Amino acid sequence: MSYNVDEKGYYGQFGGAYIPEMLYPNIEELRENYLKISQTEEFKKEFDHLLRHYVGRPTPLYLAKRLSAKYGAKIYLKREDLNHTGAHKVNNTVGQILLAQRLGKKRIIAETGAGQHGVATATVCALMGMECVVYMGAVDIERQQPNVKRMQMLGAKVVAAESGSKTLKDATNEAIRDWINNPTDTYYIIGSVVGPHPYPDMVARFQSVISEEMKWQLMEHEGRDYPDRVIACVGGGSNAAGAFYHYLDDERVELIAAEPAGLGLNSGKTAATTSKGKPGVLHAAKTLLMQTEDGQVVEPYSISAGLDYPGIGPMHAHLFDSGRGSFEYVTDDEALKACFEVSKLEGIIPALETAHAFAALNNLDLKKDEIVVINLSGRGDKDLNTLMKYV
Amino acid sequence: MKRIQRAFENKKDGLLSIFITAGYPNLNDTVEVLKELEANGVDMVELGIPFSDPMADGPVIQEASGVAINNGMTLKLLFEQLKDLRKQVNIPVLLMGYLNPVMQYGYEAFCKSCKEVGIDGVILPDLPLYEYEEEYKDLFESHGLANVFLVTPETSVERIQKLDTLTNGFLYLVSSSSTTGKKDGIDGTTDYFKRVQNMKLNSPTLIGFNVKDAASYKTACTYSQGAIIGTAFIRSLNKNNDLKTAIQEFISSIRQEKIENNA
Ligand SMILES: Cc1ncc(COP(=O)(O)O)c(C=O)c1O
Repeated sequence: MSYNVDEKGYYGQFGGAYIPEMLYPNIEELRENYLKISQTEEFKKEFDHLLRHYVGRPTPLYLAKRLSAKYGAKIYLKREDLNHTGAHKVNNTVGQILLAQRLGKKRIIAETGAGQHGVATATVCALMGMECVVYMGAVDIERQQPNVKRMQMLGAKVVAAESGSKTLKDATNEAIRDWINNPTDTYYIIGSVVGPHPYPDMVARFQSVISEEMKWQLMEHEGRDYPDRVIACVGGGSNAAGAFYHYLDDERVELIAAEPAGLGLNSGKTAATTSKGKPGVLHAAKTLLMQTEDGQVVEPYSISAGLDYPGIGPMHAHLFDSGRGSFEYVTDDEALKACFEVSKLEGIIPALETAHAFAALNNLDLKKDEIVVINLSGRGDKDLNTLMKYV
Repeated sequence: MKRIQRAFENKKDGLLSIFITAGYPNLNDTVEVLKELEANGVDMVELGIPFSDPMADGPVIQEASGVAINNGMTLKLLFEQLKDLRKQVNIPVLLMGYLNPVMQYGYEAFCKSCKEVGIDGVILPDLPLYEYEEEYKDLFESHGLANVFLVTPETSVERIQKLDTLTNGFLYLVSSSSTTGKKDGIDGTTDYFKRVQNMKLNSPTLIGFNVKDAASYKTACTYSQGAIIGTAFIRSLNKNNDLKTAIQEFISSIRQEKIENNA
């Protein structure tokens, strides 16, 4: 059994392209070209070059000694926070903008939750001299102000999404609407492994550099190229997809996804999709979805804007469904506590999203010589507005 | 299905079809609106199944959808409201909506309920063609449901031909690549209408999205069998508290020029 995408764009029963006709030509164009273009030597060369010299890859794999001592395992941190712009998101935006250029597109749109994907998109647009419009929920604009200003400095136009819960889901709706209205010159850079096929696969491939590096880095540190467990937080699931990618079919490695429980799984204020969701269709993919009996999407809640999403990428829905992935649920409070703990123990302030992955350590029964890799998906500077209340 | 075919047989052009969100403006207006539309000479109705995240809709239909959900509308309740539909309304009625509510209701249960209340067809824009062909075509057809497909200015000739053979209702020509109620009128895309018209398709066509007044209705009728109006109709209901008056005024404002022309 393979846990990767099949030729029809599905992961088990999840995935596909549930798009209205208005988007059909765009998605077809992408589906026909994304592998063709991204697998040419010329593309790979430019992608690798930018990742190395612009983004700052490879990112370190760092043995966190004090954290290891506290939790009684060998805990390595994959330092995606050290990427240019401060999160893993830029791996994907570099890849997609190179693709957009080769498809002859002139205008870039994106959705963003925490603003990290928005910043990463605005950054590559500035780099390539392309027009950039970022949709962001009005609530997220409030709680991630520094990122809004960063996007504007980079020359992007930030448009507030005022519908629904005014968060990531609604920003995604607005971006899709923009694309429907601008079908020929515009390219939509989706920020996670969500949306219609081929996006989940394409984004996972661009992020797969994370586990590709992990393999040789672990070999250097440990003399073997796999850990016992990989832990990553999951909003849509792109940093997790990247960290899991080269281990998907390697059953020696436990794949642990940390989902946001918000105020608690049964509080009605949560974004723990695998716990609360059922199969459904949102943003053009069949996946697990938090919804009412009537099929209306339930407004999610998490302290972390980047995880505040009622769905999950189809790859992760399948990892859950098949039992290949382990899912841990982390509340706002647990994430905050982990955020402060990692700051004091390791001198690294993680993003609130990433803090969910650290908090999951508490739920695991760890052994002393076990090797655990936590994907440190981003840094916490953007969350100071929220964190300030607790310092 | 039969009622749709008959509507196109009886009227070779100038068909007027209205889109309205079920449970809007008030929860129990659904059947009342259908009756009034028929009484005012409307030929067909697309009844929108409300959805929380209508990604292909502009602000007006988004809002109507949100209001209907807040009113308490559900697909289950809609079928209850339509229980006696065919004792009261004779024109064809189609259900139009996003896939997720249908999926949660269950495809089979959905088709069965459609048949029981006398729904004639469905428009599910985000149901992929491959999935329809492989899994649901027979189910829909055996319940007498016509499946209507959207065509846009960007749809290729081969794909239009394929959709033409697959539909047993009509093709819904989306006037321009846009969300609903986005652009001003449909004059900008007459080349595309002509192109489709010249393809001499087997299925009838109706033009929708951004048809909003007598002039755009007339343009639509020039290039197809008629027009579908949604946003402009819903907007007209917002302006007028009295449903009956609002519907009467709106429909006569649309038909007016057509009637004068024929006279
Ligand atoms: C630092 C960080 N981690 C994780 C996420 C969640 O996204 P994903 O689940 O796609 O990795 C975000 C999203 O904004 C983020 O900024």
